[in-house]
Amino acid sequence: MRKMAERMAAYRKRPGSLVLFLLTVFSAFLVCLTLLLIVGYILVKGLPNLKLSLFAWEYTSENVSMLPAIINTITTTLIALGAAVPVGVCAAVYLVEYAKRGSRLVALIRITAETLSGIPSIVYGLFGFLVFFVTFRWGYSLLGGALTLAIMILPLVMRTTEEALLSVPDSYREGSFGLGAGKLYTIFKVVLPSAIPGILAGVILGVGRIVGETAALLYTAGSVAGVPSNWLGSGRTLAVHMYNLLSEGLYTNQSYATALVLLVLVAGINALSSLVAKKLTKR
Amino acid sequence: MQTAKKSKIKETLAKTGFFIAACASIAAVAIICLFLFANGIPAMGEIGVFKFLLGTSWKPLNNSFGIFPMILGSIYVTAGAILIGVPAGVLCAVFMARFCPQKLYRVLKPAIDLLAGIPSIVYGFFGLMVVVPLMQDIFGGSGKSMLTASLLLGIMILPTIIGVTETALRAVPENYYEGALALGATHEQSVFFVLLPAAKSGIMAGVVLGIGRAIGEAMAVSIVAGNQAIMPRGLLKGVRTLTTNIVLEMGYAADLHRDALIATAVVLFVFILLINLLFNLLKGRDKS
Repeated sequence: MRKMAERMAAYRKRPGSLVLFLLTVFSAFLVCLTLLLIVGYILVKGLPNLKLSLFAWEYTSENVSMLPAIINTITTTLIALGAAVPVGVCAAVYLVEYAKRGSRLVALIRITAETLSGIPSIVYGLFGFLVFFVTFRWGYSLLGGALTLAIMILPLVMRTTEEALLSVPDSYREGSFGLGAGKLYTIFKVVLPSAIPGILAGVILGVGRIVGETAALLYTAGSVAGVPSNWLGSGRTLAVHMYNLLSEGLYTNQSYATALVLLVLVAGINALSSLVAKKLTKR
Repeated sequence: MQTAKKSKIKETLAKTGFFIAACASIAAVAIICLFLFANGIPAMGEIGVFKFLLGTSWKPLNNSFGIFPMILGSIYVTAGAILIGVPAGVLCAVFMARFCPQKLYRVLKPAIDLLAGIPSIVYGFFGLMVVVPLMQDIFGGSGKSMLTASLLLGIMILPTIIGVTETALRAVPENYYEGALALGATHEQSVFFVLLPAAKSGIMAGVVLGIGRAIGEAMAVSIVAGNQAIMPRGLLKGVRTLTTNIVLEMGYAADLHRDALIATAVVLFVFILLINLLFNLLKGRDKS
């Protein structure tokens, strides 16, 4: 209480400080309000429209079920992770365990990885279109879309894995070497296992990016509403499904429900990621 | 002897494998450049570089491909997003780093993370359902305008600005703050006139990152910007950006039209490369 009174006295002497303080509080309040407005709006409008029929097996123009899109999302995610995670993890292992610090090549790898993470998703989409649709003649395909996304999340996987590997104390490595283990054995049996939570947190973050992505998939995986019989068929993920519902403009109620599912899914995935990351710091 | 040799081979093989994986990002950037430039540059040549970059009319049916309206559109919308997002974001970051009680911080931080995680299509949906009607009520017209797009993008770049600014503020040595207090400055004065200037280049890096996000955003903008392919006429009129030009027309474009869209992506890509360069320069200055 006395502290409060002291502060008020200080503010009376310097009213400018009070203005600055109120400005920061107001901004934080505004940001929170915006978030509450977005999340609240989608919850309030989405929940009443969330019907079991929206999870039917078949997509029809009467019942725009999102289940096929969810299945496509899962398939796309798994393929993209299958391609990006091994490459990203191995790349990070090279950067942390093998590369000489400050070599030109390492600098180039870092610059290119940073460039990759800055490229807009629509440019990725166009690139994927040129490679998989035009050059490989696959047409719109889940595989093409997933591989495009794999390149997109590669820098994310690389960076988070690198950070996780760097946080493994050097004494672990020295202990392993001291017991006569080789470098490869040390990496796979000592360093990587202790870095797993960090790597996992990055991978989950990548899943969140994939699930929420639209622009990169529109012209690579296409927007056919069903589940394709194989990976070379076209199929829309949940986010693309949402975009199509919006641009068709006929299914407002279903759009609310789809937006809710998408939001909850991505928020849940991101929360899981930070939970896993917290486990890491606790240990 | 035999096993030692075998394990040496294994180690070398593994090292080579890791090395190849590490080069994947270099290869990816090279291939992306190759494909985009190989398809986009010839189109630019065919249309005429000046006619393409500075032409003010985009009428694919009449074979007129000038993307100057979209370049301006992208710049205007991004500038608007920065004007809205940066002050709010920086002040919010100041609050989080220096004013916020620990308990509140534990709620605020995940909230900002949630804001960062919302998919852009959901932002677009929110914009269409809430912001567009609001703009209609206030200003009349269709509600889909440069202002609407700027506002939505301003919200979307908030988490980026907040995150980078907060990190930059926390990286300023504590004795700067203590020194200011010792000289008789209030808490607020120390934070705003000592810490903020000290974190300047970090904050600028955050702003540049935000510019990159805003200029590259496609889906949300395509839903709320109106998308008229004409020179921007005002804050409350519709506008088309480079990204939305691609999103809208790629689905049915063919021949030169398609190549012109790829050339649009090349222009966007060059913008992003320049922004990245600026970001690295700012970050480098921060370190030294």
